[in-house]
Amino acid sequence: MASKIFNRSSLMFSAIASIVAVSGLAPTAQAQIKADGSSTVFPLTERAASDFQKSSGKKVTVGVSGTGGGFKKFCKGETDISNASRPILEKELKACRDAGVKFIEIPIAMDALTIVVNPSNPVSDISTGDLKKIWDTGSNIKKWNEANSSFPDLPIKLFGPGADSGTFDYFTEAINGKAKQSRTDFTGSEDDNVLVQGVSRDKNAMGYFGFAYYQKNQGRLKALSVNGVAPSLQNVTNGTYRPLSRPLFVYVNAEKLKNNGDLRTFLDVYLNGATEINNKVGYLPLPVYIYNVGKKHLSEGKTGTRFGGKEPTNLKIADLANMQPKD
Amino acid sequence: MATSISSPSSSTPLSPIQLSVIQRKRRSNLFSAAGIVSILIALMTLIALVLQLFIQGLPKLNWQFLTSFADPEASLAGVLAALVGSCLVMLVTAATAVPVGIGAGLYLEEYVTRNKFSALIEINVTNLAGVPSIVYGLLALGLFKYYFSLGESILTAGLTLALLVLPVVIVATRESVRAIPSSLREATYAMGASKSQMVFDHLLPYAFGNILTGVIIGLSRAIGETAPLVTIGALTFIAFLPESPIQSSFPFISFEWLKAPFTVLPIQMFNWVSRPESEFQVNAAAAGIVLLSLTLMMNSIAIYLRYRIQKSLKW
Repeated sequence: MASKIFNRSSLMFSAIASIVAVSGLAPTAQAQIKADGSSTVFPLTERAASDFQKSSGKKVTVGVSGTGGGFKKFCKGETDISNASRPILEKELKACRDAGVKFIEIPIAMDALTIVVNPSNPVSDISTGDLKKIWDTGSNIKKWNEANSSFPDLPIKLFGPGADSGTFDYFTEAINGKAKQSRTDFTGSEDDNVLVQGVSRDKNAMGYFGFAYYQKNQGRLKALSVNGVAPSLQNVTNGTYRPLSRPLFVYVNAEKLKNNGDLRTFLDVYLNGATEINNKVGYLPLPVYIYNVGKKHLSEGKTGTRFGGKEPTNLKIADLANMQPKD
Repeated sequence: MATSISSPSSSTPLSPIQLSVIQRKRRSNLFSAAGIVSILIALMTLIALVLQLFIQGLPKLNWQFLTSFADPEASLAGVLAALVGSCLVMLVTAATAVPVGIGAGLYLEEYVTRNKFSALIEINVTNLAGVPSIVYGLLALGLFKYYFSLGESILTAGLTLALLVLPVVIVATRESVRAIPSSLREATYAMGASKSQMVFDHLLPYAFGNILTGVIIGLSRAIGETAPLVTIGALTFIAFLPESPIQSSFPFISFEWLKAPFTVLPIQMFNWVSRPESEFQVNAAAAGIVLLSLTLMMNSIAIYLRYRIQKSLKW
């Protein structure tokens, strides 16, 4: 019995040791297409990947390591596609440049950050100025009517995404003027469902998150118009729901695109089905001509970003077609 | 319980000693009541959580759920890739952490010469057990993924979690070896056994049951980990399985699966929980039941092994 245990474990150990040694020599190459990045863009790429894999049998994997984490891998050449809820930033551009990774930037959807309140709340419209009053650093607004005298005399309870989220970055930039500049005494969660629950249960609550979470929970939430404009596909597409609408992107490694025919086919399928995919996921699709620009850039191999490493906050959809990508 | 402190009839006055006894008994009863309450609080929370998980997830839990891949449609989605991933990662973790951990524990307890250096190692090993798991993830990212270029593979994940489990196994090994009376060691030497014979033929078999308990505590912690695995590149959507370890052609055994990309149950669960559609919450609960069952299964295997080993012992 005794020596049996010893032999068994020593056998196992040497087996593992030899596996480590052997597998260290061979590079890993399993998935044919690798995507990673933003959790916001994930549902879109996941659906495209799932459809593509079912119809073609090609293996596609999608990871979630956040927009920043995704770009880190992408600029090392580890992934083929990087999902991003904002354009590539200066620092990431430099990393890509240093590693010789060229990319094609493809807008894939629009997202409208939606301000939600409890359905019993009489407020239905809010200005960006009042939002800033409520959400900016140092704000000590405790009641709705302290932000605007036409609002009810009720305490205000705030819900928002946690500081690691791209949504938080975008909202604070667009409303308070600087990314991550926000009051901190609100209930924060990286899980948007927690925010949905919070706002739907508290009649004094206000929160914000991506449009999809509002759309799937319309029965228990009420979306506020911002400066008189309601968040909707129409208002996002015609550019009136501003500044809280933002484009979502996928970035494609240009070198891998040349060498991997499957990647090319996958992206064609993705872009051709983008409108339908967006509708199914509950995101706001871009107009078809924007997807055609994406296809054109893919076939011409037009690399680079439109935004020069900066985060745009007051973008019109037409800009996505008119602005030229630069390396 | 309450009968012992029923107050005596008021007609006979109590002596100071009797009074003091009553008072102390009352205090002791109060303490045991507090104990029961705290156990109940812990237990009720656990039961409520598990019950909620089962009520929410059980309707979804069927063969189709266990044998389907992740899917954007909640009704079609299943846990196959995550279940297989979790099992394979745990296999690598156990196969690495158990022999290395037991070896290290035995060395520290039986072989090492006590000096400042060994004291330093000991303090470090004990502290390692409390290091946040994300730190192991970062270490593994640099060491396994980039330095040894093992990639974002099951092997990398298994080794990462093995690091996490290792201190627990080492501490458990040391404690169970220490609990064996030294008369046993001396008796073995008296029969002319060498040190390694003593350790491997006597000490280890007797201690193995308790070591297993430590191993299971470690593995149960590891199976629920997401943070270090996300760091080293575990996936969220993967709809194919690693290559089978058993092949139909020569050499019949393949280790290709060690290099395969993967996801694990807790990552799958987290992804489902954070989706807007409520159908996915049900999926997450069902995946929770699967994860819970996997942990219970690991536990019962360990309990069975311990029982077998202890039964075969003749002191």
